[in-house]
Amino acid sequence: MTDSLERGVPMSEKVLVFTEQKDGVLRNVSFECLTAARRIASGGKVAAVIFGAGEDGQVKKLASFGADQVYVLADDQLAHYTPDAYKQAMLQVVEHFAPDAILLGHTGTGKDIAPRVAQRLNIGLISDCTAIDVEKDTVLLTRPVYAGKAFEQKMFYGSRQFITLRPNNIRTKEDPRSGQIIPFPVAIRDVRTVVKEVVRRAASGIDLTEAKVVVSGGRGVQNAEGFKPLQELADVLGGAVGASRAACDAGYCDYALQIGQTGKVVTPDLYIACGISGAIQHLAGMSQSKIIVAINKDPEAPIFQIADYGVVGDLFDVVPKLTAEFKNVISGK
Amino acid sequence: MNLLVCIRQTLDTEEKIVIENGKVSHADAKFIINPYDEYAIEEALRLREAEGGTVTVVTAGPEQAESALRTALAMGADKAVRINTSAADARAIAALLAAIAKKETYDLILGGNFDVDTGAGQVPIRLAEELDMPHIGPVTNLKVQNGRIRAERDAEGATEVVTCALPALITAQQGLNEPRYPSLPGIMKAKRKPIAEFNGDELVSAELLADTAQVVALFAPQPKEPGRILQGELDDQVEELASILRIKCGLS
Repeated sequence: MTDSLERGVPMSEKVLVFTEQKDGVLRNVSFECLTAARRIASGGKVAAVIFGAGEDGQVKKLASFGADQVYVLADDQLAHYTPDAYKQAMLQVVEHFAPDAILLGHTGTGKDIAPRVAQRLNIGLISDCTAIDVEKDTVLLTRPVYAGKAFEQKMFYGSRQFITLRPNNIRTKEDPRSGQIIPFPVAIRDVRTVVKEVVRRAASGIDLTEAKVVVSGGRGVQNAEGFKPLQELADVLGGAVGASRAACDAGYCDYALQIGQTGKVVTPDLYIACGISGAIQHLAGMSQSKIIVAINKDPEAPIFQIADYGVVGDLFDVVPKLTAEFKNVISGK
Repeated sequence: MNLLVCIRQTLDTEEKIVIENGKVSHADAKFIINPYDEYAIEEALRLREAEGGTVTVVTAGPEQAESALRTALAMGADKAVRINTSAADARAIAALLAAIAKKETYDLILGGNFDVDTGAGQVPIRLAEELDMPHIGPVTNLKVQNGRIRAERDAEGATEVVTCALPALITAQQGLNEPRYPSLPGIMKAKRKPIAEFNGDELVSAELLADTAQVVALFAPQPKEPGRILQGELDDQVEELASILRIKCGLS
């Protein structure tokens, strides 16, 4: 292992972070990328990129999490994601800043654009990383494989590293820097895909992949009404509601809530699985949650095998009681 | 329509995964077509049925991967190509697939949204870039009309309706269709269909085939402390659970 480490890529002098916004607000994963970038950069320089006008507050916040420079890409063609426009913009920033390492969130957009940019740059990409370690000046990246049944630790051979980070896995750390603004005009042409329509489905404001608490329902919720007590519990805990594929397939909720291999992958501090049996596809989407609570009538349900705490009982009894209990606890009984 | 589907053979991740000496054991493993690639095959077959044309399936891998191609042929694909290679890096696979794609003119190229074993979804998107072709993914609904595609893509909680002119590449997401099972006559026919073979190192340069990264370690997830099923009256269980979570998760 030592041999291979010696051949590895050393820490970087210049690290570039592409940030992402949702409804005009910078997503938390962007700050997680900045924290990771500072770790990789050591004493080097970190630049963040904003796709948009770059409000003062956004720039200040990026600076407070470690951005020495902030590229502001105020171009209308970047207001909505398209692979062609984003690729051109990203390549132009990469050419200008000449980073040794590039980071972005492993989000819907990150997954879609990073491979394109990596191929154009003729470099590798290590995607969906859940941990970054620096050993002997070599950057080691950990990522889940085999539906979360194993982890691999990888390192780059090349001279330029490209990494996407799974949201909610790196703890952000403030590290104030100057955040010097670089207004950066980009030249975008020949955007070949046209977004005709965007149908918003996600109900709550809290992004499922970035929520600290997720209350999730399965077939056991029985119908759409059955999600109400789950939503109440999530509201009390400042969390988001998710669902298993079974609940989505049964039409109890929208596929936007689906957690699992196909749906969203979540890593909250607390995952409360209500009436979810625990099929492997579901586990692949949530098994890395820090604390898992299972509530299920069936004591044999596989979900109990990965749960830290289990309550065998009817979710319609347990969940409202838990909501009431948390209301007491949180208001400081 | 001339359709190309990029597929990959993978371990069935629904089965038990055994790690031995830092590698996943293949001893008792079951090999399947990556489930997301099956959606891509099915969609191509449906398009051919509606529009006419041919469906070619391609994979880059060792001889063993041929069985994945046979399955795709049995589902109804017309032609199959195997690129003989031990390369596994996404950059290399994309370059190899591009070399095959360039040998003909394809209207639409399809691939899976991601691979269940590696957890990565890089290859088809890299291929689109390699071919300088637009891509749309992950797609849950697809229509072809007048030389354009109209796709619904899954954009984290929102559905985007995206159009673009052909040729283009799409990645298939669950929900796009229900893949068919190979029929018995299909299986019989597939046995007689030829599989074209190319040597990877004759298609692209050694430099492109080189790995961009190395796996330093492979390990099972840290075993969790055995969970606790709470006992006693339900009210007491709930109270205990709330107080545990308050401390463990810092809820206040």
